[in-house]
Amino acid sequence: MRFDYHTRYAQGFALLRHTRDRVGYGLLLAVLLAAPLVLSNYLLGELAYILILCIAAMGLMVLTGFTGQVSLGHAAFVAIGAYGHAWMLAQGVPFLLALPLAGVLAGLAGLVVGIPAIRVHGLYLAMVTLAFSIVVEQVIGLWRGVTGGFMGLPVETARVWGASLGSPTPFYYLCLAVAVLVLLALANLLRSGIGRAFAGVRDSEAAAYALGIGVARVKVGAFALSAGVTGLAGALMAHHLGYLTPDAFTLLLSLDLVLMVVIGGLGSLRGAILGAILISLLPKLVTFLKGFLPEAASRQFGLEIFVAGLVLALFVLFEPRGLNGRWLKLRALIETFPLYRRDTFRRQKSYMKTERNR
Amino acid sequence: MTDSLALFLQVTVNGIAIGSIYALVALGIVLIYKATEVLNFAHGDLLVLSAFSAWALIAFAGLPFWLVLPLVAAGVAALAYGMDALIVRRIAGQPAFAGVMLTIALAFMLRGLVSMGFGTEAQTYPTPWSGQSLRLGGAAVSELSVVILAVVLVVTAGLWLFFTRTRLGVAMQAASQNQLAAYLNGVKVKRLNSLVWALAGATAAIAGVFMAPVSLVDTSLWLVTLKALAAIVLGGFGSLPGAFVGGLLIGLIEQYAGVYLPHGFKDIAAYLVLIAVLILRPRGLFGEAHGRRV
Repeated sequence: MRFDYHTRYAQGFALLRHTRDRVGYGLLLAVLLAAPLVLSNYLLGELAYILILCIAAMGLMVLTGFTGQVSLGHAAFVAIGAYGHAWMLAQGVPFLLALPLAGVLAGLAGLVVGIPAIRVHGLYLAMVTLAFSIVVEQVIGLWRGVTGGFMGLPVETARVWGASLGSPTPFYYLCLAVAVLVLLALANLLRSGIGRAFAGVRDSEAAAYALGIGVARVKVGAFALSAGVTGLAGALMAHHLGYLTPDAFTLLLSLDLVLMVVIGGLGSLRGAILGAILISLLPKLVTFLKGFLPEAASRQFGLEIFVAGLVLALFVLFEPRGLNGRWLKLRALIETFPLYRRDTFRRQKSYMKTERNR
Repeated sequence: MTDSLALFLQVTVNGIAIGSIYALVALGIVLIYKATEVLNFAHGDLLVLSAFSAWALIAFAGLPFWLVLPLVAAGVAALAYGMDALIVRRIAGQPAFAGVMLTIALAFMLRGLVSMGFGTEAQTYPTPWSGQSLRLGGAAVSELSVVILAVVLVVTAGLWLFFTRTRLGVAMQAASQNQLAAYLNGVKVKRLNSLVWALAGATAAIAGVFMAPVSLVDTSLWLVTLKALAAIVLGGFGSLPGAFVGGLLIGLIEQYAGVYLPHGFKDIAAYLVLIAVLILRPRGLFGEAHGRRV
């Protein structure tokens, strides 16, 4: 067991409270900073892509994990961020201005979608966002003047003060910087009053309302924030892809993002990151596994989606708290080694709970 | 003038033909939702599985169409029963979101298995009515569309009779209204829920077997689930007659949008309707007025 003994107030609200955490995260950051020295350009590109997905998953986590609003259409905000960014670059807006503006643009779109969220929730909201993302995909395909339609839109190379960010190493550092900034901003926001209001709305709207939280405002705000962060990821994604077509932002991307937050564990930023890493590595893992399968099974298309479904099903059934929950259990096991009790993490099972007449 | 009238008639007929398939898919989803409060995203993949199985049985085994239909329906019904009894039942009592995620996972697995088992190429198979059409007051109607509409009407009528006239159907209604009360009256709720899944699986199989010759046998057939969701929302969530009428309306709206609205509206008309209904009148056309639902 570990008992906290605080001698200064600052220790009470440090993000990393223990020396071990500080050393661990410091080492992780050092490894990430040193990665370009070791990795090949291809692997560096993949790592940058994983970082971009981490940002997008953190955006969705704010909405689904912390505010309890389900969105099955977050690919729409990735698309809006990506196209907005590419369009602004083409109009001559400097990169450092276009990147946050793309996030703001996606945030405004999130505001528009968030307003219906006041009226509908639960499954209905999931369907509204699903329909919205399909509509956005079609509109992008048809609005040739701005988006290039199905022909696609080339993305200009990012330039900061004349220096190109096109090659893998600077782009990787850019993604890392944005990911760390987003993580710090969200981690701090979620433990502020706003973050508590999010969790309050998630756990009980009636109780939150009774405590003086403007439920409608919080919901719309969470939507805008989540969409904005996701749009930021979209802007980086535009550079990763280099050439934007509507096929890159289909329902499949939305579902991948949902998979990341659910498998990672709802209600934790660490979960969003772990989930994003797992889901983006899954196709590679499947390709690797194919080597060990019989010839007939390894040639088949569809194994990848089957494995993704299987992993999701196993997590929903056996570990509803996701990778983060698994990590917390493992840590508790190590810290309390001989005294670990499984019931610490037991979930109370509720039968007969209907959401029909809430 | 007559030209535009003929066009209108033709479009209406097409809309009803497509809408009846949406209606059948929507019915299957609503059945499961009413019984177990799980929104089944795997429904479309059951449909894909039935279409591919029917293709394999007709094209390779050479079985006649009328034998294939009950075979596939029985097989998919058994699969759906198993899906509920072994997997979906475990998350009873958890939030609706868990059900959505689990059925999406099942949908992924089914889709993966289908593309591993049958390949990813689009296929087609003949039916007794392929390529023949009737004239109906100036509109050309393919016989297959008429048969589909008839089948959908028969299935709907059969479901209605089943739910109002048989012990099992009434027990299912009771269980969907109040599980505990039904259980205390001796209804085997768990088994009934699995049977509802089987019933919904059978409707998915019928929809799949009849839909495949109209479009193609392809894994993208599952997208019909999304259209069916629009139909369910339009009709009022959890209402069986609503799902039927909603399906027909979505089919009609889509066809009219394709002809009378600018290019591109046809593909998104159903989703625009879904968004508009949810924002303006969340209980849909036939939704129950009491309480706030979902």
